[in-house]
Amino acid sequence: MSTPFYVSPQQAMADRAEYARKGIARGRSVVVLTYADGIVFVAENTSRALHKVSEIYDRIAFAAVGRYNEFENLRIGGVRYADLRGYSYDRADVNARGLANVYAQTLGTIFSSTGEKPYEVELIVAEVGKNPGDDQIYRLTPDGSVVDEHGSVAVGGNAESIASYLDQRHEEGLSLPEALKLAVDSLARDPNGGAARAMTPDQLEVAVLDRGRWQQRKFKRLLGTQLARLLEGDASAAVDDEAAPAAGEEAAPDAE
Amino acid sequence: MEASFSGTGRLPAAFLTPGSSSFLDFLASHQPELLPGRRDLPAGVQPLEAPHGTTIVAATYDGGVVLAGDRRATMGNIIAQRDIEKVFPADEYSAVGIAGAAGLAVEMVRLFQLELEHYEKIEGTSLSLEGKANRLTTMIRGNLGMAMQGLAVVPMFAGYDLEQGKGRIFTYDVTGGRSEETGFATVGSGSLFAKGSLKKLYRSDLTAEGAATVVIQALYDAADDDSATGGPDLTRRIFPIVSVISEEGFRRLADSEVGELAEAVLGHRLEQPDGPQAPLL
Repeated sequence: MSTPFYVSPQQAMADRAEYARKGIARGRSVVVLTYADGIVFVAENTSRALHKVSEIYDRIAFAAVGRYNEFENLRIGGVRYADLRGYSYDRADVNARGLANVYAQTLGTIFSSTGEKPYEVELIVAEVGKNPGDDQIYRLTPDGSVVDEHGSVAVGGNAESIASYLDQRHEEGLSLPEALKLAVDSLARDPNGGAARAMTPDQLEVAVLDRGRWQQRKFKRLLGTQLARLLEGDASAAVDDEAAPAAGEEAAPDAE
Repeated sequence: MEASFSGTGRLPAAFLTPGSSSFLDFLASHQPELLPGRRDLPAGVQPLEAPHGTTIVAATYDGGVVLAGDRRATMGNIIAQRDIEKVFPADEYSAVGIAGAAGLAVEMVRLFQLELEHYEKIEGTSLSLEGKANRLTTMIRGNLGMAMQGLAVVPMFAGYDLEQGKGRIFTYDVTGGRSEETGFATVGSGSLFAKGSLKKLYRSDLTAEGAATVVIQALYDAADDDSATGGPDLTRRIFPIVSVISEEGFRRLADSEVGELAEAVLGHRLEQPDGPQAPLL
């Protein structure tokens, strides 16, 4: 029987981190940024069926890059966690911090357990607050670290150059078309300084957590013509097309 | 719930197991004690006195369906609550009304709402109306043990079927037996009187407002003859809950709107206490 090679713990962890990082860097990026009325998620994703951005709970959404089956599992786990918590306590008791914590523990345990391969995923968990100051964005890395992000964040391939581009240009109180334009510009940029690629709505997966929605669930996907109009800078397209339930007299149903 | 996170704090395996889109199934395998019907009752005990909700009525109209309920909960001969809410949105295009043991029923509705929302979030699409109605069957069946101890929950489910483009009504019995109703349906202690009333007043070419008036008339007739059903309370401004579900989704009529319709009904009843009269032939 051969004696196993000795590998120092530092080396083992560094190898695992490198493995996960490489897996993530292969994929396209997702950016998340705050705007005046909420948080916008923009992913480069041509698939209509496999989402990188999804709803978790009333005010919480999830974005991920990396290996699809791994982050899909984490997404389902997150939805179950949030729904169970909201059912056992109250809807108000489900928050992004708790969810980020559970994800961090899960990723961290998997990362340092020798029996499992580290997850090749990077996650963003964001919660829209009642006011812009209460918005929260957490970034989770495969080793289970949680980074509390402010304003804007990018994950995936070229994340660093996209993030620094966003950092320089993102400011508080952007309108939705402005934030969207900034996000798309950051994704379309060539990291080597070449000409930016052209991005069409078909290549983008866009969703918002809009604190202005009257519904309890603030998550909404922006699709089709609404997205195209927003990308052209038409601010009026930001208005929710679903009418709020009118109160009082004008709400009479189909009065004769 | 926190106990299930003991140890490393990581999500337990049940959370990360793919396959099921049902919150109910997840709860049954992970924390069955949270399910409303899964409580062991001591055998041979007299049925409990617990608040019971009463009459729910529904009627379809051209372009949707109206689901309404009175506001009374009774416990024996006592009025336990005079402003209880028994009609709830299930999701964007459906609603559920409940008769029976109020405490259990409200919990069942919470779980049903969550079941539909959970499916929607996991699958990225909502269940068909039939699918939703069937999920409710499963939940009622889970409550059979409680029902046999006198704590039955009998819901009514109504929704707008986006594929067929019309409103549909489903009723249930305590064993979960499901049947689709045409036109109108009633459930609860005042249901016999409400049904008689609807038979004479209902027609298929109603508008949403007409359907809302018809269900208020039916609830008035139920309250007239059934002590467990509450009529419109003008002094406290407590009116039935009337919800309208159409292509635009679920909408609960504002108290002011229902108040206006209820006052119109009451106004006519001052002249004709038994309500509108149907032709003999």
